[in-house]
Amino acid sequence: MLDFSILTTNMDSFLEGLKITIIASLIALLGSFILGTLLAVMRIAPFKPLNWLGTAYVEFIRNIPVLVIVFFAYLAGNFGGMTAGTIGLTIYTAAFIAEAIRAGIMSVPRGQMEAARSTGLTYGQAMRMVILPQAIKIVIPPLGNQFINLVKNSSLLAVVAGGDLMYQGDLISAKTYVTFDTYVFVALFYLILTIPLSLGVGYLEKRLARSH
Amino acid sequence: MFKTKKFVKMALVSAMAAIFLAGCGGDKTSTDSSKDVLAQIKEDKKVVFGVKHDTRLFGLKNPSTGEVEGFDIDLSKALAEEIFGKDVKSEFVEVTSKTRVGLLNNGKVDAVVATMTITEERKKEVDFTDVYFDAGQSLLVKKGSKIQSIDDLKKDTKVLAVKGSTSSINIREKAPETTVLEFENYAEAFTALKAGKGDALTTDDSILYGMAEEDPSFELVGGTFTEEPYGIAVKKGNTELVDELNKALKSLKDSGKYDEIKDKWIKN
Repeated sequence: MLDFSILTTNMDSFLEGLKITIIASLIALLGSFILGTLLAVMRIAPFKPLNWLGTAYVEFIRNIPVLVIVFFAYLAGNFGGMTAGTIGLTIYTAAFIAEAIRAGIMSVPRGQMEAARSTGLTYGQAMRMVILPQAIKIVIPPLGNQFINLVKNSSLLAVVAGGDLMYQGDLISAKTYVTFDTYVFVALFYLILTIPLSLGVGYLEKRLARSH
Repeated sequence: MFKTKKFVKMALVSAMAAIFLAGCGGDKTSTDSSKDVLAQIKEDKKVVFGVKHDTRLFGLKNPSTGEVEGFDIDLSKALAEEIFGKDVKSEFVEVTSKTRVGLLNNGKVDAVVATMTITEERKKEVDFTDVYFDAGQSLLVKKGSKIQSIDDLKKDTKVLAVKGSTSSINIREKAPETTVLEFENYAEAFTALKAGKGDALTTDDSILYGMAEEDPSFELVGGTFTEEPYGIAVKKGNTELVDELNKALKSLKDSGKYDEIKDKWIKN
């Protein structure tokens, strides 16, 4: 049976880790969404140097392990483990979000942009008011997947002493030697975060499909 | 649409069930498998030692040869030869402070010779041999640091340590005000120190000497503030293997072979 005393005696550590995991995930979620949208727009903008820049970022970051990016962020900058980990996660996740959003924008029929431009809107306005609102609906499911991955990837904060759930789990298992059970509880705490996220994305998907 | 929803829910429920079952299963195997390690070694004609791969002087993987080298490795080889003669092969598997007890208990390694301090707490989990090396915990700082001893560790100082090591527990007792950041292994902790992520790195002096040797801009300060007797750990209940190791250790010490190995690695 599971050793529940591990959970009860170390509840403070688990909750502290959970708090940091939530905060880091939320900040990285917001940051990577903004950065990712910007990158997606750059990649399809009618201006070549921007395309190149966006493509270079996505191809470069997407093909480096996130663990390496987190290490770079930690060792290169003057940040603590949690900040560096969150920055690393944001940089990494943004590349995937950019791709998801770009695919969404591309799937909006060309005529939409042409019609919007012919009413006198600038490219930026047409993008913001006509294309992106339609694209968002298409990208909700892939974005949801990226955010769930983001929460799981936040466990990498543990290697830079970020104080997250995984880090606390490491310390508890090292202290008690009850390795297996400790990580079962760690897994359950992650599930508490990811399952609602997963169900929420499903719900949103259904709502948006109806309004379409 | 609705069918896939249902499927997703089913998958979630079964995944959770699987985790719980695995939890129970994992527990059972770790307490059940009590096969005698000594007999197994003789049967397989090989003994697997768990050693560090990232600790200069004790166990360090040499990138150019791919071999692990150090005091712990040479001592393990000598002990194996002393006990089993030439026909049992010595194999080395990497362990870290975090993984070594787990690997011992699930039978992946037969004996841990990895700068492991004998403590009362650990004796409940594994069996130890006699002391094979006497170390003591100390501090490594950048030369010219304002930290000169453990008394200088205050609220605003950050001390780097390694997860699962006795030094991370000790430093919290000896300097309760200071912030302790814990890393996966010594290489990462030392990298963090070099990158200025902390004011001092704490662990056994024997390991710190290896780091200071690698990068002379760092130095040990304040002497030692704990005693860290290293022992060889084996899975609980293998008293016969412990006896054999103790006998071998004693005869290596008597024959001068132990000192020969020690002098080769530890110069201080």
